[in-house]
Amino acid sequence: MRKYTPKDNVQAKSYYTDRYYVAPRVPTQDVQADEIFAQQLETLKVKVEVKSAYIQLGQMIVEINSKDNYTALEILKNECDYAMCTELSAVDYLAKDGNFEVFYQMLNLKERKRMRLVCRVQPKEALESTVPLFKSANFAEREMFDMFGIVSNNHPFMKRILMPDDWEGHPLLKTYPLIGDEFASWYEVDKIFGKDAREAIGPENRDQAKIERYDTKRFSRVGHEVPFGADISEGEPETPIEYSETLLVNYNKGTKQLDRRK
Amino acid sequence: MAQHQVNYASTGGLPIALSTADHLINWGRSNSLWPLTYGLACCAIEMMASGDSRYDFDRFGTIFRASPRQADVMILAGTLSKKHAEFARRLYDQMTEPKWVISMGSCANTGGMFNTYATVQGVDRIIPVDIYLPGCAPRPETLQYAMMMLQTKIRRESANMNKNTKQNLRLI
Repeated sequence: MRKYTPKDNVQAKSYYTDRYYVAPRVPTQDVQADEIFAQQLETLKVKVEVKSAYIQLGQMIVEINSKDNYTALEILKNECDYAMCTELSAVDYLAKDGNFEVFYQMLNLKERKRMRLVCRVQPKEALESTVPLFKSANFAEREMFDMFGIVSNNHPFMKRILMPDDWEGHPLLKTYPLIGDEFASWYEVDKIFGKDAREAIGPENRDQAKIERYDTKRFSRVGHEVPFGADISEGEPETPIEYSETLLVNYNKGTKQLDRRK
Repeated sequence: MAQHQVNYASTGGLPIALSTADHLINWGRSNSLWPLTYGLACCAIEMMASGDSRYDFDRFGTIFRASPRQADVMILAGTLSKKHAEFARRLYDQMTEPKWVISMGSCANTGGMFNTYATVQGVDRIIPVDIYLPGCAPRPETLQYAMMMLQTKIRRESANMNKNTKQNLRLI
């Protein structure tokens, strides 16, 4: 049988993992350890259902329901002095939990505090846009849509920001291969010359170590150019590249007996 | 007494040079190669350095132009993303004949280290290239040498571009 490979995560894996490796965990503190955070959390709890809250690396992390994101950010901005939304994006946990984690990284300039508002979003679910509260969310939400396909409702200009408008797929998903899918590999050819030109141009060369021995069409000397597709073998049969035996060392074959006591 | 009119015919120094039309036209073309200012990534820094006083492209008659309609050479300096490929081709189409293309650096040649979904794997997929410059990024000397190679190439060609064997021109 053919070897089964899961299709929900096509990202490159590490070729070696230590069986006994235990990933270090960031120490977690209770929110009560910091008075300002505790106070802010109480303010937040009045209107918003908080699923979990803790402190990691001096930052408070608060998890809420995705429908409360606008209300929570409004409270944080107006009542807790979080004037800046420094970063906003998502993490793909589709393979692990079946949903995305959307995070809002907030900065309080008065108290010199940072906190992160986190919510889980289902694949087809749309979030409420936070552009009316923070101008910085405009591009960030567009990028989140471009890279993950998470739509923000009531966004002033919900359009792709990095990839072309007619692009298919969301590249930061773990199901999206790094070298691109079928659509991505022919994108520029289809766009410029049309699909009929695919055959003439040929597929992309993704093999970084590829050597075309008889290919001089790309490396001809000036004045010795040959037309495309010309036979340049001069009657010599095509043979694979051979390496000298003396240069290749077989480390598996132990010819030298180092331990003479045996 | 000052001589107002030199009688060349009598002195044997006729001001006539015999040549071919090809030679004359290519002399002009090769010594006024105007590249399009087209920096795409870090290779553009080396391209700018080539144009500045230290490496001084002007002495080859190579003056950067900001419009494709005035340019003869397109130096694709840097990573070409798939989103930009369309515009690179459009700029190439807007250049007037005769035109030549130099692909500068690993990224433009093959995609280089960017073996990703968003990078064109070699600009020769969309534009016919005359000279490929290796390097990441190529030094200004390399670009100068490429320009001189291109001059040599032009001087060997026929002035009638339709007669030249165009390699890599599979898309035209």
